[in-house]
Amino acid sequence: MEILLQQIINGLVQGSVYALVALGYTMVYGILGLINFAHGEVVMVGAMVALVVIKALLASALSPVLVLLLSLLAAVSVCMALGYGIERIAYRPLRHAPRLAPLITAIGVSIVLQTLAMIIWGREYHAFPQLLPNVAHSLGGAVINEVQIAIVLVAVLVMLALLLLVHRTRLGRAMRAVAENPAAAALMGVNINGVISTTFMLGSALAALAGIMVSANYGIVHYYMGFMLGLKAFTAAVLGGIGNLRGAMLGGVMLGLIESLGAGYSGELTGGVFGSNYQDVFAFIVLIAVLIFRPSGLLGERVAERA
Amino acid sequence: MLRNSSTLLLSALLASTLLACSKSEAPHAAGDELVVKIGAAAPLTGPQAHIGKDNENGTRMAIEDANAKGVTIGGRRARFELLSEDDQTDPKTATIVAQKLVDAKVNGVIGHLNSGTSIPAARIYNDNGIAQISPSATAVAYTAQGYKTAFRVMANDGQQGRVLGEFAVKKLQAKSIAVIDDRTAYGQGVADEFIKAAQARGAQIVAHEYTTDKAVDFTAVLTSIKGKKPDLLFYGGMDPQGVPLVKQLKALGLNAKFMMGDGGYTPKLIELAGAAAEGMYASLPGVPLDQMPGGRDFAQRYEAKFKQPIQLYAPYCYDAVNVMIDAMQKAGSAESAKYLPELARISHDGVTAKITFDDKGDLKGGAITLYQVQQGKWHAIETVGGAPAAQH
Amino acid sequence: MNIREIMRPNKRNAWLAFAALALLLLVLPFATDALLGRGWVRIVDFALLYIMLALGLNIVVGYAGLLDLGYVAFFAVGAYTYALLSSPQFGLHLPFWIVLPIGALLACVFGALLGAPTLKLRGDYLAIVTLGFGEIIRIFLNNLNAPINITNGPQGISQIDAIRIAEFSFGRSHELFGLTLPSVHLYYYLFLALTLLVVFVSLRLQDSRIGRAWMAIREDEVAAAAMGINTRNIKLLAFAMGATFGGVAGGLFAGFQGFVSPESFSLMESIMILCMVVLGGMGNIGGVVLGGVLLVVLPEALRNGAGPAQQALFGNTLIDPESLRMLLFGVALIVVMLWRPAGLWPSSQRQRELEAQDGAAQQEQDTVYDASK
Repeated sequence: MEILLQQIINGLVQGSVYALVALGYTMVYGILGLINFAHGEVVMVGAMVALVVIKALLASALSPVLVLLLSLLAAVSVCMALGYGIERIAYRPLRHAPRLAPLITAIGVSIVLQTLAMIIWGREYHAFPQLLPNVAHSLGGAVINEVQIAIVLVAVLVMLALLLLVHRTRLGRAMRAVAENPAAAALMGVNINGVISTTFMLGSALAALAGIMVSANYGIVHYYMGFMLGLKAFTAAVLGGIGNLRGAMLGGVMLGLIESLGAGYSGELTGGVFGSNYQDVFAFIVLIAVLIFRPSGLLGERVAERA
Repeated sequence: MLRNSSTLLLSALLASTLLACSKSEAPHAAGDELVVKIGAAAPLTGPQAHIGKDNENGTRMAIEDANAKGVTIGGRRARFELLSEDDQTDPKTATIVAQKLVDAKVNGVIGHLNSGTSIPAARIYNDNGIAQISPSATAVAYTAQGYKTAFRVMANDGQQGRVLGEFAVKKLQAKSIAVIDDRTAYGQGVADEFIKAAQARGAQIVAHEYTTDKAVDFTAVLTSIKGKKPDLLFYGGMDPQGVPLVKQLKALGLNAKFMMGDGGYTPKLIELAGAAAEGMYASLPGVPLDQMPGGRDFAQRYEAKFKQPIQLYAPYCYDAVNVMIDAMQKAGSAESAKYLPELARISHDGVTAKITFDDKGDLKGGAITLYQVQQGKWHAIETVGGAPAAQH
Repeated sequence: MNIREIMRPNKRNAWLAFAALALLLLVLPFATDALLGRGWVRIVDFALLYIMLALGLNIVVGYAGLLDLGYVAFFAVGAYTYALLSSPQFGLHLPFWIVLPIGALLACVFGALLGAPTLKLRGDYLAIVTLGFGEIIRIFLNNLNAPINITNGPQGISQIDAIRIAEFSFGRSHELFGLTLPSVHLYYYLFLALTLLVVFVSLRLQDSRIGRAWMAIREDEVAAAAMGINTRNIKLLAFAMGATFGGVAGGLFAGFQGFVSPESFSLMESIMILCMVVLGGMGNIGGVVLGGVLLVVLPEALRNGAGPAQQALFGNTLIDPESLRMLLFGVALIVVMLWRPAGLWPSSQRQRELEAQDGAAQQEQDTVYDASK
């Protein structure tokens, strides 16, 4: 029982990490219908920038909370600039190009960011310093620490904030309009480029936040960290129905739970034939099964077929 | 249409020709100087780049040392050159790189870092009769292909897993053991041998879980292992996973001794894992550096030169180069065909161990040292087997 | 690129060009060997393998318009079939001409298996499912060493037999017509023959009923169905056909390399093959071939050129050559796509579409931001 509870907590935390990154994917996809393959690398840049700031300020007399906030601020601003730049250089010129063209530039951007990070920050792994005491709490025999609680809370709060933004603000209305019909939105006076840039910057700010949360949780940072995370988050976003904010959250948490419960129990259930080595197989099989019955993901709407 | 296509193809080919390399010049320079080209291959990009660079550094240092010292081969003064290639941990790229080193007429190759790249590359070196010494490939299959050109200065998975398994059961008194491996050739190889050895000594394997070499979250498998209450956990894998693994292990309150193979014996692991690493074990083939003649000196010079501590296999690369040079000197020739027989029967005092090869090209009776993290440092606690190290 | 089309306008010139191309392909390994070294012959061999793969994927992505991110799985199936039936792993040493068709057939079956559950999916949903499929195959190959050892797990299978036809082994050098043909040259001619076969099949498919059906589905699936095309069967056929090419390339790879392990079949490989198709020009055989050549040759050319070029420009090494190579490769992908969004050498039909209806492409982007409920 205690083990099961712990596995659920593990899955929840891991899932919230995926969700946080998946929200960024979904924001961009929702408005442009474009998979921003470089999103995982933006997460990595966020983590790296935060690390640089923390290292620089660690020796100073500033309080740890302030250092953390400053590093967050720096990471968010760098990533926002980066997101803006990526959209301007690699995606905007291709807005009317064949669908797959931006996919290739995205892969190019991803390779460039990764290599630049390798050149700037080196090939080795870096420790991400623990700034605040990270107390572990016992919950019916299972353990959860404060960073993990923070990750779950932040993921939920970010999702709620984004929902509010999309539904209750002028900007949100403009975003929906652009997503619905860019040409009509432009006629109505919506600054399409502005809205799309803002969306990218928002997504990138989320990536920076996710990068810091992930690094604080695992304690290490590496120039290659974005790739796997980006892939998993993308899977989560599709599982929930890409373009849908609640879907990203649901997909992330589901993926996390499938992974932890799958890895935890499959070995025993199959007599050791399919153990934790098949963890990703379970995740993908669930994904395929969901998509067979709901071709647009769990919460995704059926996009009207173009005639 | 076709005319169009052929011109395009032609121009593409022309462009690639122009873009591409200049053909390597003749291997032996004029004068009395003998130019000896040493090839090196390791991943210099990608997730294992930091270990690959460390290999290159070790090789480079040996070559610079030899040039500074002044080595004569067959009466001619030798000047050594390093040709370093990036194999990207990819078996296909490894064969391309191998062929390129062969083209450049290298006199011998130090590499590759991984087993997955060393094995297919070995075929090419063998076909061209060029000596290959891998500093770090541990898969048994590497030297089991029957090639007379393939050697390694590192204990293989079988040798190392056996020592680790015995140590876990006999010295650490582990009765119920859990194992995690990362499903790479290295991790799976060493973990399977560890299991065999531990079971042979009467320990029980209560769990065998798996992860990948890209994972950072191990809580699910660790939680599952926690339920089995083992008194020792062995992880077959490298340090990037070792760090979060040992941290999460402590965070989940899993009170088992923790042990890794040579993939865990890095200063980086302690630096990154901090207090969580305290008390863990890892092994490293060879004798502790500071017990070997020139070993401590090597470590200090490495740090001074590359502004970072030795990551992992640099000393083995250093030894591999020196073994090769030693064989060249004994044979009086830098040609692989001439010095290969000498290499096969070499006996060389390296910085990691006394190096002799068996008839497969494996390190003979290689010593393996077990280390424990004590007060934030790796401490040698026992050296098992191996030719008696020169005492100082 | 229709044969008749070539013959018509200027027969003599066409034949001359054809002869020049044939001669070029014939002497290419010798010229490369002499000018650049044998390592480059091996690179050319790999380029041919990747052209086969890219052409296979082109059927799925370029013709039928189905985004497939797990194509490398079929390459893996072909490679492992060859490895298992022709190595000490099971002590089987079946001849090449039996093993290669078996590998192709198995890949074909797997292609249909992948196709079946994904028929209803579109665009990015299809992409993620195919990606998952590719990973599932790789994970199985990586783990099927227990409880029964089939694939030898992460250790891979080594000592695979070189390709041989009757007594003629491609693994050794041979004396033919007074010429010494090293192993890499022999493989070149074998791969070239099969690549030409694949090109021929692609050409014929493109102009066939099936080919037109694929393109109809690509343009508008609903309309295609309304015109009486059995979209299910036609889509399955695209997956199966594409997979078969992948299986053939896989078998050749295993024999050529002598060693297979799961790490050769990672997601990154699938992405690279997709890049070849898109960068070269989706749906156009010449473009795809060009894409394959470029993406194999470019990184290797950069490997040799990047360091010295930097040396010459700045006088010293600012960035180590390996990093610079990756950096330039990434930049090249971006620049080429910005410069030619439809690929370097797009199919003429698609190009016309692009020019004619800018609006249609934009319409493709219209997705509903469905948080708006």
